[in-house]
Amino acid sequence: MNLEKVVFAFFILLAATLNGGFVYGDIDNPDHHSQWEFFAALVVNIIAAVLKFGDRTQLGAIHLATSLVACLQLSAAALLWFFAPTTAAGTLAPADMAEVVSLAAGALFANVVSVTLMIVETARQRR
Amino acid sequence: MRFSVVFIAFRRLRAPIITLVLIFAVGISGLVLIPGADENGAPWHMTFAEAFYFMSYTATTIGFGEIPRGFSANQRLWVTLLIFASVVGWAYLVASLLAIARDSAFRSAIEEARFARAIRRLREPFYLVCGFGETGALVGENLDRLGRRFVVVDMNPDRIDHLALMDLSQSAPALCADARLPEHLLEAGLAKPQCKGVLALTDDDRANLAVAMAVRLLNPQTPVLARAESAAIARNMASFGTDHIVNPFERFGAHLALALAAPASQRLIDWLTTPPDATFVPSKPPPRGHWVVAGYGRFGREVTDALRAQGLDVTVIDPDESSLPGVRAVMGTGTEPGPLRQAGIASAVGVVAGTDDDIVNLSIAVTAKEMNPGLFTVLRQNLQASSPLFEAFQADITMVPSRIVANGCLAELRTPWLTQLLADIRARDNAWAEALLEQLGSLLGSRTPVLWRVRLEPEFAPALAQAMTGQIRVPVGMLTVNPDDRTHRLPALALGLARDRVFRALPDADEHLQLGDELLFAGTAGARRAQSHLLSDAGDCAYVLGG
Repeated sequence: MNLEKVVFAFFILLAATLNGGFVYGDIDNPDHHSQWEFFAALVVNIIAAVLKFGDRTQLGAIHLATSLVACLQLSAAALLWFFAPTTAAGTLAPADMAEVVSLAAGALFANVVSVTLMIVETARQRR
Repeated sequence: MRFSVVFIAFRRLRAPIITLVLIFAVGISGLVLIPGADENGAPWHMTFAEAFYFMSYTATTIGFGEIPRGFSANQRLWVTLLIFASVVGWAYLVASLLAIARDSAFRSAIEEARFARAIRRLREPFYLVCGFGETGALVGENLDRLGRRFVVVDMNPDRIDHLALMDLSQSAPALCADARLPEHLLEAGLAKPQCKGVLALTDDDRANLAVAMAVRLLNPQTPVLARAESAAIARNMASFGTDHIVNPFERFGAHLALALAAPASQRLIDWLTTPPDATFVPSKPPPRGHWVVAGYGRFGREVTDALRAQGLDVTVIDPDESSLPGVRAVMGTGTEPGPLRQAGIASAVGVVAGTDDDIVNLSIAVTAKEMNPGLFTVLRQNLQASSPLFEAFQADITMVPSRIVANGCLAELRTPWLTQLLADIRARDNAWAEALLEQLGSLLGSRTPVLWRVRLEPEFAPALAQAMTGQIRVPVGMLTVNPDDRTHRLPALALGLARDRVFRALPDADEHLQLGDELLFAGTAGARRAQSHLLSDAGDCAYVLGG
């Protein structure tokens, strides 16, 4: 067992699961979308992208690209959260929340591609 | 290839970047979680945005000082920890960056990328010099003086550094790599149409052979000039059509033989091959009689053969050779009086010091000269660095292999057809050379001649080519008429005429020229300028032809 491979797979999967967990729920209901989960998803996605640096193969390049897309989507969502006015309860207005979640849903798609790539790569090696 | 630099950098920076990301993440989490108190004493939490902002200016040690509110004791403790952790994180990243910058793999990747860009941007014709030792440096220096560009491939980084320190008028891209590998030759622009020639000048015969072979296969149109010190390698190179092979030892042997057999021919060749800005000092012809050759290596063998071919009596001194077929041999080193005396130095007319050690050679010459002051001395100088010693000794002939190879290559590059002319001179007799020397001497005095080629094509000689397409017949002599006063002649002489790639020396002055002919001229720089007017200026051309 290669520890580096475990770490790599762990972060890619964690990035996807956290992202998915955040997106899950009513799109405009702030109670369904945890700020902490979003924060964790962003951090893990950045780490996953950094882990993919420096792989010169074609598959490695696509891997890196999917992670960069996910980071970009999540950063856009974070910026939105950063600038959006908060309500009296300290949460976002439903319209803003919906925008943040939809951007995060885009990132989720990129993460799904990344996980699929990883599975395909593993399956190919088995053969 | 181009991105390899970036990839290497990113790979190495993974760990420090992840460390920093984690420090940020933990720090931000703590800042958000730990409660502070507002002015009224009510508990208050930082938002993620505020925490990120605070973290950014604290972690980078900028310490902006703008904080949302005064911190509680818990917050202060956490921030203290953060400051230390983040400084360590940044220091780790900076240290990794510096390590990459110092890393040799990274640096060579950068050098290679820079070299590739320089080659891509090279739009002028250039020569590819493989091996930048003494010979390569001499050739490079002279190419630069002639205004030609060159590219260097050498696997010794010291020599690449030496190139960087040379005072060149135009930059010469250099690649520190093994020229034996074809990929490096291609990287250095072998396949580019601007590559006018390849010079294989390394001190390894087999490497030169590999280069010559690679060029023959990868870019057959490009001429190859190769240095070969062993006869077998030279034959091998010739077998697949290497254009020009220079064997310094064989060349020197031929030189010595010619100097003995036909001194005037040798003087003529020396005179024609002296670089234009150097002063020509005619060498004393070697005397006939008994010769002592100390050191019987590649050099000694060539010299002994050359001397014996001229019917001279030769004695060899060598530590390993006690008996040689047909030659009298003495065992010893030649640096001691004993073996020299035994070899008959007292009655000899000349001594050749030809070992591969400069100090030994000087020692032989000095000892021999003490025993017989009238000796003609031939010295082999292996290293350019020994020059001061050899200049101080003032041997009658100093043979420097690197200089012989460099001059051989340069003569070929500088003036096409010169090699053919020199071969012709060697083939003719002494009297012919004497006559030519006299003729050139009356034109030029003691100056060294400028040699140049004239191509009778519309592109290079528009006015004359125009006239020749009419019915006007132009004899060779017409090209040396002074365009300012047609009753006078320019101080220049047509040394050869090449028609359909066949070269003939000394064409008659009244021989008629054809379009497409190439001529080799020797003369003064002024004559060359005046002649170029005649070739390209319709008025001058008509004036000369009208007479």
